[in-house]
Amino acid sequence: MKILKTRTGIESQVGDFLDQVSLSSLIFRQGCEYYLSRNTEDFERKLQEIADCEHAGDDLRRSINEHLYTKTIIPESRGDVMELLENLDSLLDRFKGTLWRFKIEGPDICEDFHPDFRLLINTVIEATEALVTSCRAFFNDISTVSSSLHKVSYWESESDKISTRLQTAIFAKKDLRLSHRMQQRDFARSLDKTADRAEDIADRLNIYVIKRSL
Amino acid sequence: MFSFFLSSGLFLGWSLGANDASNVFGTAVGSRMIRFRTAAVYCSLFVILGAVISGAGASHTLGKLGAVNAIAGAFLVAFSAALSVYMMTRARFPVSTSQAIVGAIIGWNLFSGSVTDVNALSKIVSTWIFCPLLAAVFAIILYKTTTFVINRFRIRMFRLDAITRYSLLLAGIFGSYALGANNIANVMGVFVPVAPFDHITILGVSFSPAQQLFFLGGIAIGVGVFTYSKRVMMTVGTGIFPLTPVAATVVVWSHSMVLFIFSSEMLQNLLLSMHLPTIPLVPVSSSQAIVGAVIGIGILKGGKGIRWRTVGGIASSWITTPIIAALVCFLSLFFMQNVFHQKTYKPVEYSLTQAAMDRIITSGLPHQQLEPMMWETFKNGREFNNFLHSAADYTNEQARSIRSIAELYEVEISSELVDSLKSGPFSREQLEIIGKLDGRTFMHKWEIKSALAELSEDFTYRTNDKEFNNHLDDFFNHLFNRLDL
Repeated sequence: MKILKTRTGIESQVGDFLDQVSLSSLIFRQGCEYYLSRNTEDFERKLQEIADCEHAGDDLRRSINEHLYTKTIIPESRGDVMELLENLDSLLDRFKGTLWRFKIEGPDICEDFHPDFRLLINTVIEATEALVTSCRAFFNDISTVSSSLHKVSYWESESDKISTRLQTAIFAKKDLRLSHRMQQRDFARSLDKTADRAEDIADRLNIYVIKRSL
Repeated sequence: MFSFFLSSGLFLGWSLGANDASNVFGTAVGSRMIRFRTAAVYCSLFVILGAVISGAGASHTLGKLGAVNAIAGAFLVAFSAALSVYMMTRARFPVSTSQAIVGAIIGWNLFSGSVTDVNALSKIVSTWIFCPLLAAVFAIILYKTTTFVINRFRIRMFRLDAITRYSLLLAGIFGSYALGANNIANVMGVFVPVAPFDHITILGVSFSPAQQLFFLGGIAIGVGVFTYSKRVMMTVGTGIFPLTPVAATVVVWSHSMVLFIFSSEMLQNLLLSMHLPTIPLVPVSSSQAIVGAVIGIGILKGGKGIRWRTVGGIASSWITTPIIAALVCFLSLFFMQNVFHQKTYKPVEYSLTQAAMDRIITSGLPHQQLEPMMWETFKNGREFNNFLHSAADYTNEQARSIRSIAELYEVEISSELVDSLKSGPFSREQLEIIGKLDGRTFMHKWEIKSALAELSEDFTYRTNDKEFNNHLDDFFNHLFNRLDL
């Protein structure tokens, strides 16, 4: 029965890809932290790291797609796996994109909002981690997917609450220009959308699980 | 002329290949797991192997239902079955070649005045009902076992998909073999008693006339697979695939196992040697086995998705298909006999000769009621059977025994006749023993059998050796056909 448990090439590639998604979320968190604490040097380093991570993720995904087309997997599952990896890749892109937005726009985040921004970022990372855990379970032991999948929804709804609170606070604060308010609001929204995206992917994953459920 | 008459069987084989190959490879091809060409090659190859190696079992049972004894009759039986299948498929009825051929043989029995063996018929009909049920049971057991193994060993997705894919290919190969073994009797069974072939030996392996016929039938099925099954496979593949890939694989395995157990002489001998009840070797419907297996999975999942209309359609086809095929066959025989003046059957007469009466008495069968009709000749089996049932309260089994004893088969064995057998499928030793009957006259087939049994143990039926007895039956059938010529 050992043969049933050994990992094939494509399995380790998928594992590596999920590692990249998870890693990108951690880099993102650190990058945001450096930005908020105005540590430009480390922030720049994280920007480079996330770009490398995204690049590695793209390479892995291409290689997996090629493998999926030429070997083993059942065509019906092939479409699902490719869609899942594509969606996860888009999440990775979002992390990179948001970090680059910090670099390009250089928003001035008011000190009062830092705790809520940090909380929001952490919530997004938790949602992503729960999603990555669910995806690993999908590939390794489908019966355990549900034990982590519900956490994605939980963190997404937490992120909604924090984001609403943050946006209300941004617009309630006096002595701010409208453009300044709108820029901070956009960043809060962008972070919240990443959690939304994680939930959308979790919903799709749930359908793949139902399709494969024995 | 024989090749012309064989054409209807080949056509039946072609339509079987076009339709039933989708049951074994439809899921794999329809879901694009296996390329059509690959599936067609495997399917054709293993259908032919199944037909030639294991096709005899189901063919024997079909032969017991009615031994079509004229080539034109065999042509029409196969033709009527093919026509019925075609008409019912056009009318969108769920139809099975197995049921059509049984109906057509009954039609021939009715037309030729032969008696339909009720025991053989009930055995065949019960397997039609048993086949989808057994497929459902197999599917439930297999599915439960498979899910247990998958969950117990936590098989990873990619690994599971690879296993499923190979399993589906293996199930298709096994299914093709079983399809060839089980359904070749439908295609070629009726031609076996009338085939003018001799034994041939290729590379030291001997092929009987039946095996040569089955080989031709297998090729016809293969042609059907290559030329017409792709479209059906695509339909079936997408139709069944709402099941999970694992469930679809279980369905194909269950189907293949059912077809195999209804055609495997090896399994029958094994059960016999273990003193267990045997499974009758009967051609069953491949499509109904598939539907049975799908229903089995449906039951396991709560039974909500089962389309009872389809189930009802299958049950009604057990009755409608044979009736339609019997009618078509009867009418075609009438047409052929009266318009084209072709001999569609050889009349078989019955008479209670002195030898027959002695045999009936020594067999312990009730005989007093038969004595007034001694030396009376009955022009066919049905007439004789009616007499038997009106004379006394014979059971079907007793009536069958008396019929086989009273069947007339007048022949005088001469050295010229024995010489003419040399071109047939008989060994030198067998011909030597037959030669010892030179100058003797026989009135019944059983007399020849008894005379040969007295001369050699090789011609004596053995208790609990079905395989040997089947071979001996084949030998006698060939001998009687040859002596008739």
